[in-house]
Amino acid sequence: MRTYTFSVRTAKEILRDPLTLFFGIGFPLVLLFLLSAIQANIPVSLFEIANLTPGIVVFGLSFIALFSATLISKDRSSSLLQRLYTTPMKARDFLAGYILPLIPISVMQSAVCFIAAIALKLPISVNILYSLLLIVPISLFYISIGLLCGSLLNDKQVGGICGALLTNLSAWLSGTWFDLELVGGTFKKLAYALPFVHAVEMEKCALLGTFDGFWGHFTYVAVYTVAMLALAIFVFTKKMKQN
Amino acid sequence: MNAIEIKSLSKNYGAKCAVDGLSLDIKEGELFSLLGVNGAGKTTTIKMLSCLTKPTSGDALLLGKSIASEEDEVKKLIAVSPQETAVAPNLTARENLMLMAGVHGFAREDAKKKTAELAEKFGLGEILSQKAKTLSGGWQRRLSIAMALICEPKILFLDEPTLGLDVIARSELWDIIRALKGKITVILTTHYMEEAEALSDRIAIMKNGKLVCCGTTSEIKERAGTDKFEEAFIRLVKEEIK
Repeated sequence: MRTYTFSVRTAKEILRDPLTLFFGIGFPLVLLFLLSAIQANIPVSLFEIANLTPGIVVFGLSFIALFSATLISKDRSSSLLQRLYTTPMKARDFLAGYILPLIPISVMQSAVCFIAAIALKLPISVNILYSLLLIVPISLFYISIGLLCGSLLNDKQVGGICGALLTNLSAWLSGTWFDLELVGGTFKKLAYALPFVHAVEMEKCALLGTFDGFWGHFTYVAVYTVAMLALAIFVFTKKMKQN
Repeated sequence: MNAIEIKSLSKNYGAKCAVDGLSLDIKEGELFSLLGVNGAGKTTTIKMLSCLTKPTSGDALLLGKSIASEEDEVKKLIAVSPQETAVAPNLTARENLMLMAGVHGFAREDAKKKTAELAEKFGLGEILSQKAKTLSGGWQRRLSIAMALICEPKILFLDEPTLGLDVIARSELWDIIRALKGKITVILTTHYMEEAEALSDRIAIMKNGKLVCCGTTSEIKERAGTDKFEEAFIRLVKEEIK
């Protein structure tokens, strides 16, 4: 009951913020339509709708990290968390309440991107459902970053780290905007050492219905997700006790 | 009967001693104020009593339950209205009250009933459907106290409840706090001397983490040799510095 109550509150806080609609839905859609328009005039295989959509979907999730971190950080600065720490709520209620509602929100956000992609001639297939299912582990990675940053940073710092740095890293190192093979060298190695490009490739595999390299990408994402989640839970719980 | 028995309570942050061997008894139903200049240890004391931070040494019993060893039991007895308004900004006033009822384990119907009761008691009817972030400071403070009371606490901690409010909003909040007297035990921290004087049954003055004196306003004024409470506070704190 406590977890449910707190989860509902988290969802309402995020969904009622106009910035959520603008950045969470509007911005990825604008990019999808813009890059599709470029592709229509100057054909680039990277921007073909089946290649582009997974990248935009994963990029959109970086805003979920921003929403999560901002909410937690503001809860800390406004003392709402302090008030709730004096109630019978346990650490698990807080963690579940901050993490779980963001998973369906992430899936909904991705679903909107896929619907827009269908309008841009992405073939309708069951693979879209598999892609949406795979959003769950990817979203957990981003939600964990939000939990970690929200536990450590104030809301201005969150804006810088999650709003600027993470969204840019998520874009540049994902192979969505430019082919990483063209850059090569250290940049490519760094990109493939991080989970962003693997998340996009994993989504592409699901959307195209191919298993070529899928498990390699999935393993990268899974390991990063588990590690980030464990770190975020550890830090949140430690900060809660320190309070 | 004592609601709170504080026994040699201390809190150190590294080399800094925030609260130093504090011992106090607070009676059930009493409105007790903690006064002191910045850094006196008031907020740290409240944080320890409300299980937000663990004492370095000593203990306190809240209605017989130890803050050191029976944290879960203590949390069932208390509520806190922090210095900041501590409301959920995008939830309406009603949803904020329901949130607090929910995290205290009330069933939905009970939560609705309790919300309606508190809305009536605190005159929140006209703003119940407004988002908390759109409310004025005075309404937010009022809502904050109502949120603290929804779990029917036996002991309520009010940390600077009227900070930053205009004179009318402060007066209205005083009426609300006065109405709690005798029904539950209220521990109030404030920087406003007139607030402590107007509301408190007894007052403790703290300085550098230590208790300077404790008593009714008359007793404190008598001890300081003045009939003005603010002057008494200044004299006692300055005397302590020497």
